[in-house]
Amino acid sequence: MSSETGSPVEPPKPSWLYTAVESIGSGVYRFIEQVGGLAELLFQIIKWSVRPPFRLQNLFAQLDFVGVGSIFIVALTGIFSGMVFAHQSWRAFDLFNAESLVGPTVSLTITRELAPVFAALMVTMRAGSAMCTELGTMRVTEQVDALETMAVNPIQYLLVPRVLAGLIMVPLLVLIFDLLGLTGGYFVAVTVKGLSAGTFVTRTQQWLDPEDISEGLIKGAVFGLFVMLVACFKGYNASGGAKGVGQATTEAMVTSALGIFILDYFVGVLLH
Amino acid sequence: MSDEKTKPIIEIVELHKSFGEHHVLKGITLSVPAGSTLVILGGSGSGKTVLMKHMIGLLKPDSGRVVIDGEDIVPMSPEELEKIRRKFGMVFQAAALFDSMTVYENVSFALREHRKELGEAKMREIVRDKLAIVGLKDVEDKFPASLSGGMRKRVGLARAIVLDPKIVLYDEPTTGLDPITTDYVDEMILDAKKQLGVTSVVISHDIASAFKVADNIAFLYQGEIVDQGHPSTLRHTQHPGAKLFLQTWFGKN
Repeated sequence: MSSETGSPVEPPKPSWLYTAVESIGSGVYRFIEQVGGLAELLFQIIKWSVRPPFRLQNLFAQLDFVGVGSIFIVALTGIFSGMVFAHQSWRAFDLFNAESLVGPTVSLTITRELAPVFAALMVTMRAGSAMCTELGTMRVTEQVDALETMAVNPIQYLLVPRVLAGLIMVPLLVLIFDLLGLTGGYFVAVTVKGLSAGTFVTRTQQWLDPEDISEGLIKGAVFGLFVMLVACFKGYNASGGAKGVGQATTEAMVTSALGIFILDYFVGVLLH
Repeated sequence: MSDEKTKPIIEIVELHKSFGEHHVLKGITLSVPAGSTLVILGGSGSGKTVLMKHMIGLLKPDSGRVVIDGEDIVPMSPEELEKIRRKFGMVFQAAALFDSMTVYENVSFALREHRKELGEAKMREIVRDKLAIVGLKDVEDKFPASLSGGMRKRVGLARAIVLDPKIVLYDEPTTGLDPITTDYVDEMILDAKKQLGVTSVVISHDIASAFKVADNIAFLYQGEIVDQGHPSTLRHTQHPGAKLFLQTWFGKN
């Protein structure tokens, strides 16, 4: 810590190397702390989700908020992703007369990657941010403490339904994304570009396996669980008034979005 | 006084709590006789809220005992603590009403959680009774955001007493209220004690209010109880910190 007390000489400024090592160290420390916190919360949520009382009403409210409420934006994202992808891959395949591969390309990319990643991002943006702010506000206005003083476990009452909703609803949104993404791709390839409908469908059938769709669904479940867990973790542990809640929400959004891409790689590798 | 004969319902022994390097509570020893009102008086940052949160088990001490109604709650599991918490009602500083729920849903919340067997009609009746005790009617369908600060605090008390707790904790009940509403809240605390026979613990820095509602006052200064006793004796405290604090209200003499 400080050098000899009483000395009028200022302590020497730490070298750039020291500062750099220190900031990396504290970054690593903070990262490990956050991962530990998330794991601990996940454990608590699993523990509290299997014991009564089962709060079905709260669960349905969250299923509605996370899932049903996101259908429209996920559908729209799905259609346009499919259309954009068909359009771009058409331009590429057109160069060597392989337009018939547009169907398989669009369907494989959407089911394996785009659907889970984009659906999870949309849910994070729409539901995760609202959830983090709501929980953060409840925390800083002592509503969470109030629940606890009324002998109601806030993890069970507030967090379990939210995280379960992510786990259940994101895979369903992935299915919707798959369906509309393919429709968008079909529309651009067949209706706009004039590929024969038969070619699009048979080529897609040849290449697209059920495992591709299930890969997307598994990813959707993992991402759904992860983004809701992060939103809950950041909101539930918010402190420091309105500013603190804002900061918690920013952190939740950044962590969720980055986490989706990082997890995407590892889940993909694990599945094969 | 007959304090010696009355069994204490809250007993705190040698309570220590630190956050990081900050030693907030330094060996608090305190007891609250059943049916009495204790005001814990202290300035900002004296550790009042931390002390109160230990009473209801929201925080665990580093060392010391917190005995509620004869049971030490410090080693208790979360499940056991939930049972103990049913003996408590707590009124929060800013009321902490659930803002997504109406007044009725707020007040009936604990009933719906713990006394489902009562049925909706009986719950309505209980809620109406509790709201009447705090002097409110025809507010059941309103949302907290549309109530005034004083009304919110009253709804907070109605919610706290809905399960007929033995102990009611008040976290700075008069902070941020105008003098008339402050007076009203003081009356509300006295009424709750008279009508329901509850033990009350009030944490406050409002000296006037403290001397009005308290049977006993404990003066918390930098994490220690430096003086405690009947208001009339505490009025003449010799502790320099407590003296300075009281002078702001009573003036120097």
